Amino acid sequence: MSMSVLDRKVLRDLARMWAQVFAIALVMACGVMTIVLAVGAYRSLLETRTAYYDRYRFAHVFAQAVRAPLHLKNQVSAIEGIAAVELRIVEPAILDIPGMDIPASGVAISIPSSGEPAVNRLYLRSGRLPQAGHVREIAVDERFAKAHGFKPGDSFSAVLNGRKLNLSITAIVLSPEFIYAIGPGDMVPDDKRFAVFFMPGEVLAGLFDMNGAFNDVAIRLQRGASQDDVIARIDRLLRPYGGRGAYTRAEQTSNAFIDAELTQLNAMARIIPPVFLFVSAFLVNMILSRLISLEREQIGLLKANGYSSLAVAWHYAKLVIVIALLGLAMGGISGSYFGRGLTRLYAEFFSFPFLIFRQSPDLYLIAAGVSVTAALGGAAKAIWSVVQLPPAVAMRPPAPARYRSVFSHRGLMSRIFTQIPVMALRHLIHRPVRSFLTTLGVAFSVAMLITALFSTDSIDEMIDTVFFRAERADARLSFARDVEPGVISAVRRLPGVIGAETFRSVPVILRHGHLKKRAAITGRQVEGRLSRVLDKDGNPVAIPEHGLVLADRLARQLDVKPGEKLEVELIENGNRIVEVTLAGVVTSYIGLGAHMQIDALNRLVGIGPRVNGAWIDVDTARLGAFHTALKGSSAALAGRWPPTGYDFVSVGPLGFGFLYPAIKQTPSIGTIALQSVSREKFRETIEENIVIMTTVYVAIAVIVAFGVVYNSARIQLSERARELASLRVLGFTRGEVSQVLLIELLVIALVSQPLGWVIGYGFAWAVVAGFESDLYSIPFVVNPRTFAFASLVVLSAAAASALIVRRRVDRLDLIRVLKTRE
Amino acid sequence: MTEPVFVAEGVTKVYKTESVDVHALRGVDITLFEGEMAVLLGPSGSGKSTLLNILGGLDRATSGSVRFRGEELTEFSERQLTQFRRDHVGFVFQFYNLIPSLNAWENVALVTEIAKAPMDPSEALAMVGLADRQSHFPAELSGGEQQRVAIARAIAKRPEVLLCDEPTGALDSKTGIKVLSALQYINQELGTTTAIITHNAAIQAMAHRVFMFHDGQIAETRVNETRADATEVTW
Repeated sequence: MSMSVLDRKVLRDLARMWAQVFAIALVMACGVMTIVLAVGAYRSLLETRTAYYDRYRFAHVFAQAVRAPLHLKNQVSAIEGIAAVELRIVEPAILDIPGMDIPASGVAISIPSSGEPAVNRLYLRSGRLPQAGHVREIAVDERFAKAHGFKPGDSFSAVLNGRKLNLSITAIVLSPEFIYAIGPGDMVPDDKRFAVFFMPGEVLAGLFDMNGAFNDVAIRLQRGASQDDVIARIDRLLRPYGGRGAYTRAEQTSNAFIDAELTQLNAMARIIPPVFLFVSAFLVNMILSRLISLEREQIGLLKANGYSSLAVAWHYAKLVIVIALLGLAMGGISGSYFGRGLTRLYAEFFSFPFLIFRQSPDLYLIAAGVSVTAALGGAAKAIWSVVQLPPAVAMRPPAPARYRSVFSHRGLMSRIFTQIPVMALRHLIHRPVRSFLTTLGVAFSVAMLITALFSTDSIDEMIDTVFFRAERADARLSFARDVEPGVISAVRRLPGVIGAETFRSVPVILRHGHLKKRAAITGRQVEGRLSRVLDKDGNPVAIPEHGLVLADRLARQLDVKPGEKLEVELIENGNRIVEVTLAGVVTSYIGLGAHMQIDALNRLVGIGPRVNGAWIDVDTARLGAFHTALKGSSAALAGRWPPTGYDFVSVGPLGFGFLYPAIKQTPSIGTIALQSVSREKFRETIEENIVIMTTVYVAIAVIVAFGVVYNSARIQLSERARELASLRVLGFTRGEVSQVLLIELLVIALVSQPLGWVIGYGFAWAVVAGFESDLYSIPFVVNPRTFAFASLVVLSAAAASALIVRRRVDRLDLIRVLKTRE
Repeated sequence: MTEPVFVAEGVTKVYKTESVDVHALRGVDITLFEGEMAVLLGPSGSGKSTLLNILGGLDRATSGSVRFRGEELTEFSERQLTQFRRDHVGFVFQFYNLIPSLNAWENVALVTEIAKAPMDPSEALAMVGLADRQSHFPAELSGGEQQRVAIARAIAKRPEVLLCDEPTGALDSKTGIKVLSALQYINQELGTTTAIITHNAAIQAMAHRVFMFHDGQIAETRVNETRADATEVTW
């Protein structure tokens, strides 16, 4: 079948306007790419996680206790809705890795001596699972093994309950429970310093004096079972044994982090593409309106010859659809390519045994639908004018455009400017909507850069606030058991320690009205120096003598204001409920902090003065000795290690789980939060991300700025070719004639900067709001240099595209332009 | 004369603008017959083009009746008018109105693709003497050649009427004559009723009948007893 002649016209028009078409398609491609990439990665990640959870029987409900008897198993299993139960021992460890100065933290988890765990099964990457009776055999998490190059057969030593053991790796495994694994005190995972490993149950029981007992339960539910009912019954069962309250996947750290990531991907797919699609719709509108006004007579002719209005409109619609399809193809291909890349990146960041790339034909259909709709939406007005144009009218040249007399000859403007800028400015306000939209388009590229780059500012602020103003200690130690405050002198005796302050952390459930939230109240010294709470300006706040101080996010989530009363349930103290007044609100970026004076907290709990942790300062010159002391600890350790979202939150970034001296007065450390190491790792990870992100967004902003300015300039040139040629005939130089175009572009580029700053500020604010979760929030900071950098990039792109068009002015064929009838 | 093709009676056309009403036609009666070549003469603004547009279904009369082979055009819907143009009318304009992105052959094919029983585009181009210029784009053709492509395009669908608005207006006399010869040849060979609007009084010698327009009305109708050949026309 041969192509119809009108379709050939479509193709030739496209070929003639290729640069403009390409620029628009590129902008559209960015939108499509974001959809395909974000939704594709979202679906792949979700699918992979779902499959992993299903195949490896990831638990639905989790709970910890201090020490519960194994015979509870029958009662737990009997609870309605429970499909499988695994009663485990989970304990902390300090690892001494050959060739590594600083100590690493670890978590030891029991596995059944025979057969697979019923819940949270392990994926065996290599080797064989540890065998019953082999005391020193462990299966170790793949990421940690990779970070150190460990293979089955290798070994390292660990301090478990005060005993230093040489552990032999028999297997490299992955667990659905630790897709995301973060060590104590870390803000991002550090595979070298944090290990999850698995040992046969009776070995761990022996080491920790837990024979016949468990301290952790993982439960898989039947389909349709009520989580709330199960949680209530588990809580009742475990209460006598120091149960800390069961919780769901939503509060499980690893799962919660993936959820946060999924939410972000989803938000990205919803927020970013519309910007590109809007800009491309506007660009389509711009070039199609111009094309149609140039082809008025051709339209009239087609109609005169019996083509229906619809047929002619369809002809122009096709042109637009081809542009959209071009954008779709470019965006689809790059989107699925980068989507796979992103999914693989996730697989590295998160630990999945396999990856499922969701092939989503529907996604391309959606992207196609959205991009074609956007393009046709942009073209609608122009196409409608084609439908409405009566053939007899089309055959006559359009009436000369009426310009406003804003810059009249007698006006002030004319006295200030010569005629050339006046021409430029008049043209600018001749089409105010178009000028505004062009400005908006350029402003969007500025805004996009700001949105991408402000995170550096925010993270700098976050690091400054968290590590230098709030948590100023070199390390944070937590003890497993509440002890008397006199322990401080023992802490001070640790090698290298030059300063120490104790604290008490009490897990609670906070209630206000029908709202409730798990948290931990940190009881602090009045004159605390090593760890402080800050107000919204970053100044240290003194904790009032009475009442509770909450992080702003937590107060908001509970909808509670200073002066109002809160119910506090003391989870570890018989679930007693007490009332406390909210005394103030403080800023906190990590976790959901709650603070009291330690004396007030002690009164609240009511057992007398106790502490269960310490912040310490270490003499940098003696760091080595300090680390060695930690690694070599020979004291007995009693521990608890609740690897839960809420515990991570409750103890904040600076450490969870803790350890403790059975031999009183000589605290030995099980796991430890090393702030300077955490900070560096955090910076390193963030900086890697920022380099990638900055590159991508600069490219995108340049595409958008270039697309808008280039198209705008080309259309101006097309509209004003006669005018410009006339100027040349009258004796103006090329430079002077170019000014007519360049001044207009310059005004647009300049006006769009502040507009872009405002929009970018808004976008950045939205991003900050979107990032906020129980786990963390980002401070909202945009530094002046970010605005400056964004403007610099966009103005350069604009200048480059304007100059390309300027070269066309230089080549203007005067005779030909003047001879043709406009 | 034979059957009437167009019968227009009392046709008026008023263009309403913001301030004034412009009376382009003030009651025109005209009948065009099968195979006739008519020339419409008159100063600009006298209403020639308006009448031609109305006859061709490009525009509508404000009042009056326009019948094409007995069918009342004024009662046609947009769709019917489109179909009418598609099936029966060929247009030739002063500025050729060729599609610059299509070559000569394709410009003609543009019309033959939607016509009922068209001739081959090459045949139409041959009739206007452009058999060897088929693959040239408008920019590569002279003004006269472009106009002849426009004529080929207009006649390729074998229209019953050919309406030409200043077909030689943009051409010098030598090329203009080539265009006129083409029109005459078509009129004779295909028997197409042809109406030509012109400023150029010299062209009237070619016509069967000449209508003199003045101020929206036909001031005078003349019948040429003997018609001049296009080649004899000079200006």
